[in-house]
Parts: sequence; structure tokens; C-alpha cells
Amino acid sequence: MKNKDDNRILPSEIPSESSFFERRALLGGLLAGATLPSALVSAQQAAVSGAKAAAGAGTPAGGGTASGASLHATPPRYTRNAALSVREPPNSYEDITTYNNFYEFGLDKSDPAEKSGSFRPLPWSVEIGGEAEVTGRYALEDLLRPHALEERIYRFRCVEAWSRVVPWLGLPLGALLQRFKPTSRAKYVEFTTLLDPRRMPGQRVGVLDWPYVEGLRIDEAMHPLALLVVGVHGRWLPNQSGAPLRLIVPWKYGFKSIKSIVRIRFTERQPRTSWNLSAPDEYGFFANVNPAVDHPRWSQAKERRIGGSFLGSRIDTLPFNGYANEVASLYRGMDLRRFY
Amino acid sequence: MQALIKPLVWLGALAPLALIVVGIFELAGQSLGPNPIREILHVTGKTSLNLLLITLCATPLRELTGQTWWVRPRRLLGLMAFSYALLHFLVYAVLELELQLGELGQELARRPYILVGTVALLALIPLAITSTDRMMRRLGRRWQRLHRLIYPITALGIWHYYWQVKADIREPLIYLGLLAVLLAWRARSAWLRRKSRQVPAASPR
Repeated sequence: MKNKDDNRILPSEIPSESSFFERRALLGGLLAGATLPSALVSAQQAAVSGAKAAAGAGTPAGGGTASGASLHATPPRYTRNAALSVREPPNSYEDITTYNNFYEFGLDKSDPAEKSGSFRPLPWSVEIGGEAEVTGRYALEDLLRPHALEERIYRFRCVEAWSRVVPWLGLPLGALLQRFKPTSRAKYVEFTTLLDPRRMPGQRVGVLDWPYVEGLRIDEAMHPLALLVVGVHGRWLPNQSGAPLRLIVPWKYGFKSIKSIVRIRFTERQPRTSWNLSAPDEYGFFANVNPAVDHPRWSQAKERRIGGSFLGSRIDTLPFNGYANEVASLYRGMDLRRFY
Repeated sequence: MQALIKPLVWLGALAPLALIVVGIFELAGQSLGPNPIREILHVTGKTSLNLLLITLCATPLRELTGQTWWVRPRRLLGLMAFSYALLHFLVYAVLELELQLGELGQELARRPYILVGTVALLALIPLAITSTDRMMRRLGRRWQRLHRLIYPITALGIWHYYWQVKADIREPLIYLGLLAVLLAWRARSAWLRRKSRQVPAASPR
């Protein structure tokens, strides 16, 4: 795998003029509304009904709500990125979408598939904020428009010592982040999941401090392997997999790969991430897959490959989940036992 | 009801095993999901805990209702609880660890919850062995003392469960609450017995 300079800004990656103006109009509308709701509240509103929130601000909805509702109407178009794909055979769509940790829809592995059916992810918007020159709220279509979708087959390793191989559809996170011109103060990127207990019933249970928050160091976020995902197995993401927009960081434990993202913020300080807050001695901020550092309650040396046979589906876990050649340099000089 | 209780216990206790078998062979549209070994571990472990707690309900139910037949299926329940605990361990050792004994030793040394669960299983063995009528007669009073081990064993089982839960500790806490109620009932009974023995001697104040 080559990780060449994917960080340069292509002209197509700079926000289009129209979306720029729409964003300003939206902000103006909010200010004119006398009350500027907190980022969180407005993120919820926009996600509950992007069209309504935008209309309430007195502007046409960013990107056009018509396309907003129809993003998922046609199958995704993508190209295969064989260079960044592993050679192992991918798990079936069923294996990938019926065994999930997505506590927003319940705590059992089967809950997300069984209880997310009525969730309507579209229209969806994402607020981009913090230490960047360009910020604002964007309709999902506007965020995606400049990028070509690609399929990448990645290993996925859960902190619970199971794993699978998944053909994701997405775009390089770094390419998208560059469009917003992070400033020199942007040392980290923080991601937030939708907070809406009515649509995500699991959030009525206080097992985590909702909303779910995850984060990456900026160099991790800009790494070519970090992927913003909108689909799997040639289809748009199903709800249980984090529709309509999730992160995939293949060299880290799965809980870093946050689902149903409504906010991306560039920050100077390390984000306070959900599992790390919940049990700091068990879940680190970095959470790089590391067979040499056990979880306090179970070994991380091996993993069970989902969908395998009863015997022989337990395999050795690889450092950085097999992506050491690509990412180990990000952590040079760091004590990975301390920064687990 | 009295005649039915044993068949009912057999049926109820074997149902989880039947569900596992149905799931393994994917009969009747059932399946154990993409991670069947974990599912089997979960079902056998929880069934064992459930049966232990049901066993502990027998005495309070007898005392509450005055009906002695509540305690009749107790031995069967206890042996079923032991069988599921043993199955739980065997699935862990054979399917999960694939009989890598070195790894089993390592896990025992490093993971307190596995040690706690193993101790509970080992402590169940003498209770299972001495569950026959003959052993009961032979041990006499000591039999009862020995079988009081069931209280700490159940507590260890709940601890074993609590320690591996990731975030949602509600279910282990429910188990703990039930155990607390059942133990409190016994404490109350013991206190009442002692009081009734002491009443004639006690002077009114």
C-alpha cells in the first residue's frame, strides 16, 4: 500500500461557491432569529428535519432537500480501490449487519439490526466547526458531492476480540477535512453522533454519556487509510451500521469508528471521548489494535473471525490490525503501553 | 401442580439447551447469529445463574406457602445448574480457547473474572457429588453445612457475570438484588427461629 500525498487540496475539494453562500445565509438566518441555539440543539433539529430547520432559518435548505431525500434512492456509484484493500475474503452482508455494537439502538448485538428499522437517516446534515477557516452546517449531499466514492476492503477489529472483513464504500476523511482549511491550532478532530432519544431509543438508557463522541489526532485523521463511510457491500449504509455517515479507522478498535455523525469539530485539545470517559483504564484515547496490550479483562492477542467455523476461526491479532506498515510511523517514540 | 412440578422443571431446565441445539443446526429458522460460540457461552452461563437463583427460592416458597413440595425439585435444579456451569466451562475451554491449556492457565492467572467463575464451578462439584440420598444420610448435619456453600457460589457466579459486562451492569445488579432478597429472607427466618426459642426466657420491659 502506498500512502502518498493525499493531503493536498484539489480544486474540486474546495467548497463550491454556492454551498458557501448557502452556509452564510443559513448563519445569517439563525442570527436574525435572535436566538442562536446551541450547536447540539441545532444539530438535533437539523437532523430531525433538515428541511424544516433550514426553512425555519429563512433560507432554502442547503444542497436542496429534494436531493436530500433521494440520495439513497439510487445505488451508490463507486470504484474499487484494490491498492488499499486487504486480500482476505469479505464477510457476508448479513454477518456485517446483524451483529453490531450500536448502543443507540440497544445493547445486544442483534438490537441495532432489529430496532433501527424505523430510523430515517435522510435528510441529514453535518456541522463542521472549531479551528478551521471554513465552518458551517452542510447537507450530506453537499459534503459528499466533490468526492468520488471508493470501495475499500478493510479488516475490522472490535475491542471485544472479534473481527471481520468489510467492503466499505466511502471517501478519504483527510480529503474532506482539507476542504474546511483547518488552522494550525487544529490538533485533533472530534466527531459526535446524533443525539435524539426519540429516534435512537438506546439513548434513553444511561449506559454511556450521550451523545457518543470520538476523536482522532489530526495526523491520524489525515492518514489516507482513515475513511468516511456511506456504504457497505455496494449498498448505502443500513441504519444499524451507522447510516448515513460513519467513520472507519481500520487500525483502531471498532469503538473509535463512530456512527451516524452529525458534527465534526477541529479542536486544539484532545476530545473527551465516550468510552474513554466511561472507563479510562479500559479504553484509551488512541485505542490502536495491539495484541501486546491486553484489555484489563480479556486478552487482545487473538480474535474470533466472525462467520467462520466453530473451530479454527480464532486467529492471531496483528499490531495495528495488520496496518503497521502504513500507520506505525504516526506513533514513533510513543509508549504504546501507556497510550493504549 | 405437585405432580407436574418435576416434569416442568425438566422441561424448563432443558429448554435453553434445546434452543442452543436448534440454533447450531439452524432449525426452524433459528440461528445463534454470526458469533455462535459467544452466544452459547452467554446462554449456558446465564441459565446456570438462573437455575441457582431458582433453587434458592425453594425454601422461602415453602416457608411462605407452608407447602413442602416446593423443595422437591431442588436437587434436580441444583444438578441442572451445575451441568450448565460445566457446559459453560467446556464450551469456553474447547470452542473458545480451542483447548490451548497454556492459554487457559494464563487467562486464569490474569483475568480475575475467569478465576472467580472457575472457583464457583469447582465448589459446585462436591455439592453435586453429595446430592444423592445416600450421601445425604451419611453426612447428616454436615450435609446441610456443606450445601450452604450454594450461597457464596451463587454470589461468585454473579460477580463473574458483573465483572465482564462492558457497560450495562443492570442485569448483574438484578441478579445481585434477587440474591440479596433471598439471603435476607433466610436471615429473617433464622432470626425468627431464634426469637421463638428465646421468647419464654425473655422478660417484658
